[in-house]
Amino acid sequence: MKYEVQENCLTIYLPGDLDHHNSEEIKREADRLIERGHVRYVIFDFTDTEFCDSSGIGVIMGRYKKVCMFGGEVWAAHANERIKKILKMSGAAKIMQIYEEDE
Amino acid sequence: MREIVNGMTNEMKLEFDSRSANEAFARVTVASFMTQLNPTLEEVSDVKTAVSEAVTNAIIHGYENHVNKIQIFAGIEGKTLRLEISDRGVGIPDVKQAMEPLFTTKPELERSGMGFSFMEAFMDEVIVESEPGKGTTVRMKKVIGKGRELWTTQSL
Repeated sequence: MKYEVQENCLTIYLPGDLDHHNSEEIKREADRLIERGHVRYVIFDFTDTEFCDSSGIGVIMGRYKKVCMFGGEVWAAHANERIKKILKMSGAAKIMQIYEEDE
Repeated sequence: MREIVNGMTNEMKLEFDSRSANEAFARVTVASFMTQLNPTLEEVSDVKTAVSEAVTNAIIHGYENHVNKIQIFAGIEGKTLRLEISDRGVGIPDVKQAMEPLFTTKPELERSGMGFSFMEAFMDEVIVESEPGKGTTVRMKKVIGKGRELWTTQSL
């Protein structure tokens, strides 16, 4: 897992599996960086992610609640078709921007 | 080869500790077991997600993060994959309410409340049996190879 803060934007390079096991650490670390760095934009980078369940959706929803109070946004980048399906089904796609490449 | 596989029955049982590291172990093991049904990648992903949801529920809600045993039974009958995921934890007082989308008993954990919705979306049948103080069993079924059959019929 890698985290990168640039200005008021936090990019989280997600692990291969975004499940309950991995989500606890991401929540903790992301919240620490959001509070410390006055982050308003959170980008979830799914490049390495093959698996995401409802625990992963919880991570996104929770971070959205944190930044939306300050007019922030949540983005998804490099999500494969399966991940996009999960984001749409869960309703997470309604609150987040999905970055589409080559369009 | 496929004819033989389709008429076959096969079963397996798995027992492991309710540690979150075993969530990946459980879904990968079931995914590996179901490969004999010649599933599509999407069907494998569907089953992995459903297993992950049920196992996560057992860890967080059934055992409330205490370490105890989770059991998975997987059976194949023809093209149908049958799964039973059981814990001997606290149980669910109101199963109907627990299965409502977005319902969660632990809002402080920022759970999405979509666990059962995902199981129902990705499997053909989901039945939850639970008794407070005794534990919970999630029974799920999915017919594998439906999508492919439809495609074959259409092309004929």
